[in-house]
Amino acid sequence: MDKNFAKKKTHPVLIFWIIVGWVSYLVVPWYGVEDGFFRFEWLFDGYPFDPDYAPAAFLLVQGKKLWLAPLILPLLASFLVLRLRKSDPAYGIILILVGAIGFSWLIVQGFSIGIRGFNFNWLTALFGDLGDRQFGMGYGALLLASSFLFLFTQGIAARGAVNGDVFVVSAIGGVILVVTAFVFFPIAKMLVAAFITEEGMYSIDVFASKFFDDRIWGLGCLGGMRCGVAWNSLFLGIVVGIVTTALGLIFALIVTRSGFRYKRWLRALTVLPIITPPFVIGLALILLLGRSGAVTVFFADLFDVQPTRWFYGLPGLIIAQTLAFTPIAFLVMIGVVEGVSPSMEEAAQTLRADKWQTFRTVSLPLMRPGLANAFLLGFIESMADFGNPLVLGGNFNVLSTDIFFAIVGAQYDQGRAAVLAMVLLFFTLSAFFAQRVWLGNKSYTTVTGKGDSGVHPAMPKRLSFPVFAIAAIWGGFTVVVYLMIVFGSFVELWGVDNSLTFTHYITAFKVSYNEFGIQWIGSAWDSFWTTIYIATVAAPLTAIVGLITAYLLTRQTFAGKNAFEFGTMLSFAIPGTVIGVSYILAFNVPPIEITGTGIILVVSFIFRNMPVGVRAGIASMSQLDKSLDESSLTLGANSWQTFRKVILPLLRPAILAALVYSFVRAMTAISAVIFLVSAEYNMATSYIIGRVENNDYGLAIAYSTTLIFVMLAAVGLLQILVGKTKIRRRINIGS
Amino acid sequence: MVKINSNAAPVLFQSVTKVYGKDVVAVDDINLEIKAGKLVTLLGPSGCGKTTTLRMIAGLEMATQGKILIGDRDVTQLPATDRDVSMVFQSYALFPHMSVLENVSYGLNFSGFSKSEAFDRAVTGLDLVGLKGYGDRLPSELSGGQQQRVAVARALVLEPQVLLFDEPLSNLDAKLRRQVREEIREIQQKLGLTVVYVTHDQEEALAVSDQIVVMRNAAIAQIGSPRDLYDAPASRFVADFIGEANLLPCMIDNISGAVAEVTIEGYRHRLDANGLSTGPATMAVRPSRLDVKATEGFKAKVVKSTYVGNRMEYTLAVQSGEIFAVHEDVDNTLAIGQEITLGFFEKGPVLLPAA
Repeated sequence: MDKNFAKKKTHPVLIFWIIVGWVSYLVVPWYGVEDGFFRFEWLFDGYPFDPDYAPAAFLLVQGKKLWLAPLILPLLASFLVLRLRKSDPAYGIILILVGAIGFSWLIVQGFSIGIRGFNFNWLTALFGDLGDRQFGMGYGALLLASSFLFLFTQGIAARGAVNGDVFVVSAIGGVILVVTAFVFFPIAKMLVAAFITEEGMYSIDVFASKFFDDRIWGLGCLGGMRCGVAWNSLFLGIVVGIVTTALGLIFALIVTRSGFRYKRWLRALTVLPIITPPFVIGLALILLLGRSGAVTVFFADLFDVQPTRWFYGLPGLIIAQTLAFTPIAFLVMIGVVEGVSPSMEEAAQTLRADKWQTFRTVSLPLMRPGLANAFLLGFIESMADFGNPLVLGGNFNVLSTDIFFAIVGAQYDQGRAAVLAMVLLFFTLSAFFAQRVWLGNKSYTTVTGKGDSGVHPAMPKRLSFPVFAIAAIWGGFTVVVYLMIVFGSFVELWGVDNSLTFTHYITAFKVSYNEFGIQWIGSAWDSFWTTIYIATVAAPLTAIVGLITAYLLTRQTFAGKNAFEFGTMLSFAIPGTVIGVSYILAFNVPPIEITGTGIILVVSFIFRNMPVGVRAGIASMSQLDKSLDESSLTLGANSWQTFRKVILPLLRPAILAALVYSFVRAMTAISAVIFLVSAEYNMATSYIIGRVENNDYGLAIAYSTTLIFVMLAAVGLLQILVGKTKIRRRINIGS
Repeated sequence: MVKINSNAAPVLFQSVTKVYGKDVVAVDDINLEIKAGKLVTLLGPSGCGKTTTLRMIAGLEMATQGKILIGDRDVTQLPATDRDVSMVFQSYALFPHMSVLENVSYGLNFSGFSKSEAFDRAVTGLDLVGLKGYGDRLPSELSGGQQQRVAVARALVLEPQVLLFDEPLSNLDAKLRRQVREEIREIQQKLGLTVVYVTHDQEEALAVSDQIVVMRNAAIAQIGSPRDLYDAPASRFVADFIGEANLLPCMIDNISGAVAEVTIEGYRHRLDANGLSTGPATMAVRPSRLDVKATEGFKAKVVKSTYVGNRMEYTLAVQSGEIFAVHEDVDNTLAIGQEITLGFFEKGPVLLPAA
């Protein structure tokens, strides 16, 4: 069948992309439309000649933006291939040239010419003043860029890359492009900003002075003063990592090694961090342990002392982050504890070791890599946490909040923000590296199939008492905190007027009807609908990018696959604050000018949450035997058809999971969002933080509680839908 | 140099039952006697209860009903830690984070030996299985066969009353299996250990065992020496499970004393009555006990003739169906379509109930 392919003279995919290229040049507005492309008002506002809305061709015809003219050459050249066969070497070469030249020129002109004419002084020196300018790229430029990219990938495929598989090569090209544009480019731009002086020049001295600043690395706290922010973050991260891992292990032991009857409820705990906006725990803790907190006041009255702000700062942060991240460690540790081969423990028993000796000499050492893994996860989460330090950090500065204040406060020191982000990135990337490189291959958990019919022994008595005690205390504490969240939303004014009331909910969510229909009066509706809207748009896109990447990683082998995998998973290790800052540094100016729009929010969600879709996809696709693909291919289908008809239908649970988790994570995001919101696009989480900063705790908590229930509903819906899929069809995977 | 002694003890099962949950009966009221110093194999298809029985001897499962005695001690309620039983697991279960020597001396450290004595005994154990000098390696640095020997050494050095093997050869390649099974048998006989061995491979069972316990559906089907089971199976199941068996319908015409006269395929033959009475019966014959070059017998026609190197395998059509026979004469073979007379060798067929 392939032989016929190569001899065919009609190339539907090729024709499609050539048409796209021409349409984007002739019909679609080239630059970004200010009021939103999809409102289509521009069609009636002077299109196609008004330079704000004109397609590239119309601009040229009017003698404007002449640097767009060279793009017509590759477009014309693309016609040359239409009559060629795929197996003709010229086919591939021409397409490669067309795509490469077109795409490169597009990028070059985009970066060279900006709002003030030439972006680089040496260009002005060379060509004289431009006398014209250009704004950020719009859908016209975007579509043309895509067209060139996919013509390029088809050319490479025709030259033999990945066995000439057009779909795979195009998918790889597409993913590389978007990840480079929206992850690597902004980060690189931000890192470079650390070297820029106030005059706009690059200087190593400036960088060095900012980097080695005492505020970052000072060791004053050893002498009673404050320590540098880097040490603070590091210390907090290590402490939280250790405590969450220990607690996670404790809960995991209860679930897997005891006869505890309510294991299901414990497992439900793992859902909590997914549906809770990160700072909500901090808020609830303030209600309990803050200066007017219930517990603080109680003990103050009891011992007749003044209530203090002991909670704000390091103690509060440790408690809040531990509460927030223990469920994640729990999830990891369940896998680790269950992964210890039961026959090892049985062997130890038949070798005269009792339960405690078995646990100490066999089980625990075998879990070591998993423990280290959980520690690193907790460390990274603590480093990246923004909401809790903002709400109850007090005088204890951490990197994530310092980055925020460097940009948002009166300072506006891009260089300092970039330097702080660099330090933060350094910590999280090191942990990420350690996790993948050092621990990735070291696994003591055995994977034998038949031989492991053994049963896990119960915990030794010496262990089970402290384990249950600690778990009970901590579990109880978690429940109390979550109850606080709900309860606090009904209190009029915490600490002052403890009467129960619906005021906060009414203020936030009041709805009324009049002759014009439903009026959303409550103050929270605006941000609420924006959040739902953005999350709904972002979720399917996240799932698509994630699943395609997962497909490429599990089902295809190609040169540079390891680098590809590393690059796509990297965004997990990049803290949200860093992404937020880098986005506003990179995307505030042309060629990609999207700050203040909804697009930047959607894009940030896609790339923050992509690892979720990728992980879900990898987990599910690993269960589908490769022979399914192979039989489809030998029956004549190509990769795209195989993906669409065989793999995708079997992935429904994974798709649903990816969709729901992307949606939920978009709703709870704060650290990147806080930089990217604007007057028009305010997200729920940043609105809540704003309320907290105005001491409007009641409203903040009421809103948070509502969000939690909305997300519970979303996750619950997922469970029902996935459960249904399982019942309706019995899938015989690969057998 | 310390010597590894034998502490061999007999094992006794009295009406032992094991039920999982409410209604999954894994072992149903079995009675079993294993003499000290003997190698007994539990043989049967998947799900017959042999592994559960083994694990009950080890103390990894507790019997729901009945009594288990090792030596003269009632161990029914004792957990594995406190029994003097060692086990070699199917997956070997070597501790990956310990060296070979640490693995082998693991059990000794919990048995009250001093560190130096444990060390000496471990070294002796390694020597016994032919792995002298491998003490410092990690399990991941050993081949499958070597890993298994470490597992055996680890179990042996404790001088257990009973040594258990759970399908020890299943992870080895075919060539290694014969060699390893002979080594296991050699060690057992040299040290005079009581060994209980689980396998589903009947050739392996026939090769190493003093006694075989054939199990089926949570119960014992037959106990006997390898020869007894092969030559005198008590039921269709055992006949079919051990080796190949042709099961032919026949008619018992009369019985005189212990001898029965049967008509099979129109041919009259005399053989041991096996406790049956006149009427329809089944005759079980091993393929190697059929004489394809007999002078006396019944008619058969050659349907398939296959050369497998060391013998010829024939499929023959008779009145009641097809028969599978083998013959070691690979030079003068029978042709397809040839009509022959099929007879029995002297010690051949066995009578079984008709059903």
